[in-house]
Amino acid sequence: MSEIKYSSAELMIVNAARLLQDGDVVFVGVGQPNLACNLAKRTHAPNLVMIYEAGVIGAEPARLPLSIGDPTLVSGSLSVVSMYDIFANYLQRGNVDVGFMGGAQIDKYGNINATVIGEYEHPKTRLPGSGGSQEIAAWANRCYIMTPHQKRRFPEKVEFMTSAGFIGGKGDREKAGLRGKGMLAVVTDIGMLEPDETGEMILTALHPNKTVDEAKANTGWDLKAAAQVRLTERVTENELRILREELDPTGIYLKGAG
Amino acid sequence: MSKLIPLNQAIAEFVNDGDVLYAAGFTHLIPFAAGHEIIRQRRKNLTLARATPDLIYDQMVAAGCARKVIFSYMGNPGVGSLRIMRSAIEQGKLEWEEYSHFGMITRLQAGASGLPFLPMKQTGATGLEQVNPLIKRIPDPYGGKDVMVVPALNPDVAIVHVQRADKNGNAHLWGIIGEQKEAAFAARKVILTAEEIVDESVIRSDPNRTMIPTNIVDAVCHVPYASHPSYSQGYYDRDNEFYLAWDKISESPDTIKQYLDEWVYGVKDREEYWEKLGAKTHKRLKVKARYSEKINYGSY
Repeated sequence: MSEIKYSSAELMIVNAARLLQDGDVVFVGVGQPNLACNLAKRTHAPNLVMIYEAGVIGAEPARLPLSIGDPTLVSGSLSVVSMYDIFANYLQRGNVDVGFMGGAQIDKYGNINATVIGEYEHPKTRLPGSGGSQEIAAWANRCYIMTPHQKRRFPEKVEFMTSAGFIGGKGDREKAGLRGKGMLAVVTDIGMLEPDETGEMILTALHPNKTVDEAKANTGWDLKAAAQVRLTERVTENELRILREELDPTGIYLKGAG
Repeated sequence: MSKLIPLNQAIAEFVNDGDVLYAAGFTHLIPFAAGHEIIRQRRKNLTLARATPDLIYDQMVAAGCARKVIFSYMGNPGVGSLRIMRSAIEQGKLEWEEYSHFGMITRLQAGASGLPFLPMKQTGATGLEQVNPLIKRIPDPYGGKDVMVVPALNPDVAIVHVQRADKNGNAHLWGIIGEQKEAAFAARKVILTAEEIVDESVIRSDPNRTMIPTNIVDAVCHVPYASHPSYSQGYYDRDNEFYLAWDKISESPDTIKQYLDEWVYGVKDREEYWEKLGAKTHKRLKVKARYSEKINYGSY
């Protein structure tokens, strides 16, 4: 059997999709998370309910949405509600299982910075900001993030805490009364990080042909590896076919490194 | 009472220099026509509030209309950065005030319901709380955990684009309904633009769909295609190609000026703008109909 070739974006999307369970209510972002959710729905999780922060519930997009407010999300969906309702009744009330996060930086305790690099008042690089991520990170049951494994994206401590992971360690979420279990998996192009019992993100899985040393060299803190580091399941031809032919035929989100 | 007037008259009458403006619409029904008219009338020192500033505020900042922005997500949705706002902030040329989406919308909800503030549960993320003194933490008077509070936002003017309204300003909108209702109720003055002006009997045929009532509306303007390059559900598609193109246009002062000269200052109104887009674009943005099932209100 010849080896299947895929981009690092495809590798991350496939592995993120596998984290979703059938019947999950998932808060979906555009781009790669959207592809991961739609892939899961077309493979092992046909009863996935996709919620978009624009207020759309149970979307079944007929085409790849460029934005989170694309009209294709609305037509044929189960419900459309106001922004206040989606954040209050769905997220704050506790009716969302999974949140897919984005962000420029993620730290040792799974906290996310999507706001600013440099001083807040005198930004070196101004990023888009929270959007819905502050609330998703707090109130979705399980949070996941996909990001290329690079040192600058994995600082020991984020410069600005846009969204909470385990804050300063496990127990801090409970103190703040946060409903969700926090950042449960970081899917990178090298492998996967998951929290240990203290809330520190550690290396728990590697993709085929990747090494622990590679992961350590690309992380901004002294990355620990689990006693047993798993090998992720290989990307299948069927997964790639769905991604390439059905979900993103022009390769807007599949070609890049993420 | 009819409130139907041309858009240029509505902007002249109801939008003043220094106002706090909320141009509503989460990706959908963004009132670009009104934004362009404000640029043409050269309003200054506005505070531009929107959860997602989108291209409309990037353009208004570029044209020199803004003193300050209030926002919760400053990106070109699905594309990347809002380059003009971002560089104005990085260079210290634009004031800003920032929330999460829920914080921003909760401010409007408080404003819309006449409250001084509203609470939200804690999120554990302290970044914005530390840099924005208007986000406060107070004890729960009933003994639970402390809650976060944000003050009401009551814009001087809200601009809301809808699919259809009667001449009095009773408005139907559907699709993504974002924060239109909250913005309209929170604002001191409301300008409606509508794809279609319909008879009051059409509104009365489906009263559950009326999100904005006549009594809070100051002006109704008939402006077809007012939300391009955003969209009006069922009327025309979002112009994703333009959202991608803006990423390039907004890279340099020359191309930005060229755009504003050609597409904002260089056209009289939305009708001329839409004609100028040309048949090819019209065809690309056309949508096939998909109707809902009728419902029976009953005759009593």
